[in-house]
Amino acid sequence: MSSQNYDYLDGNAAAGELSKIFVMDVTAAEGKCAHCGTTRRFAEAHVYMQCPGVVARCAGCEHVLLRLVNVRQRVVLDVSGMTYLSLDTAQTC
Amino acid sequence: MAGTAVLGIVTWRTATVVGLRDETPTARTLALAVDDWPGHVAGQHVDVRLTAADGYSAVRSYSIASAPSSDGRIELTIEQLPNGEVSPYLTQQVVVGDELEVRGPIGRWFVWRPEQSGTIQLVAGGSGIVPLMAMIRSRASANSTAPFRLLYSVREPVAVWYRDELQAISDHDSSVTITYAYTRTAPKDSPRPPGRIDAGLIAHSTWPPILSPTCYVCGPTSFVESAAGLLIASGYDPDKIRTERFGPTGEQK
Repeated sequence: MSSQNYDYLDGNAAAGELSKIFVMDVTAAEGKCAHCGTTRRFAEAHVYMQCPGVVARCAGCEHVLLRLVNVRQRVVLDVSGMTYLSLDTAQTC
Repeated sequence: MAGTAVLGIVTWRTATVVGLRDETPTARTLALAVDDWPGHVAGQHVDVRLTAADGYSAVRSYSIASAPSSDGRIELTIEQLPNGEVSPYLTQQVVVGDELEVRGPIGRWFVWRPEQSGTIQLVAGGSGIVPLMAMIRSRASANSTAPFRLLYSVREPVAVWYRDELQAISDHDSSVTITYAYTRTAPKDSPRPPGRIDAGLIAHSTWPPILSPTCYVCGPTSFVESAAGLLIASGYDPDKIRTERFGPTGEQK
C-alpha cells in the first residue's frame, strides 16, 4: 500500500471548475470510459488538480477521461476519453 | 427545492463572515451569509475564492458543515494546513465582516437527503467529518429517523471536531451511534489501542452488510481507498458506497 500514489482526488473536486461549462451537475453524471468500457459516476473518477487545469482518469483503468485547461481567456475541454456522459435532467437541489 | 430552477447555474456569490468558532487549536468554523444563496443539500461543498490586491487569486474547495436552512447562511470548518496558501488566512486572519467569494453549492452525488429513510453508514477520516456532520445535522433538523452510524477516524482526542454536539445527538437519539477510531493517541478509557481502521473494527462498529446500508466515506485519498476497500472486503455492496476524497488541492506541497 505504501507504494501506491495517492496524489489524486475525485470527480467531486473538479465539479466547481466544470460548472463553468456544464449547467448540470457532473458528479452524479454517468460516463463511459472509451478505453475499458466501464460506466461509472463522474464523482468516482480519479482527478488530478496539480496541473494547469484538471485531468480526470477512469477509476478502473486510469485512462484519461477528460482534460480541462484554462488558457488566458479560453477554456479548452477534451472529453474524447469518454464514449458518452449521461446527465440527469430531473435533478433537484 | 420547490420553485428553484432545475438547472441551477453555479455562480460566484459574495459571502460575508458573520461568525467564527474554534473547533480545535488548528480548525475554525466560519459562518457565512451568502448573497442570494439558493440552499444546499447535506454533503455538498463550495469553492472559496480569495483575490489579492494585485489580482492574484486562489480557489479552494470546502465542504459545507451546516444543515440545509433557508436563512442564506452556511458554515464551513477549515483546517489550517502547514504551508497552506489559503487555509492560514481563513483560520487565523479572517474577521467578522470580511467578504469572500463563494461558488456553489456543488455536487449532487455525495449527498444525503432527509427523504432517504434507509440505513446509513458514515465513515470519516480527519476533516472528512465535515460533509458527514452536515448529514447528521440535516437528519436532526428534519426529524428524520433514518438509522445512522458514524465511524470517525481521528489522530488523537484533541483533534475531534464537533465532539460535544456529536455526543449530545447520540445521547438524545439511540438511532445515531458514534465510534471513534484513534490512530495515534487514544484516551485512557478507549476500548481499543490506537490504530488505523481495520477489518475487526469495521465488523464491530459498522452496520452488518446484510442491512444493505448506504455508505458515505470522506477523507484524504489514502484513507478513502483503505476504508472503502475494507467495507467491500467485509461484504458491503460497492454500488452503495459513495466516496469523497479531498486533499490539499493547489496548496503548496
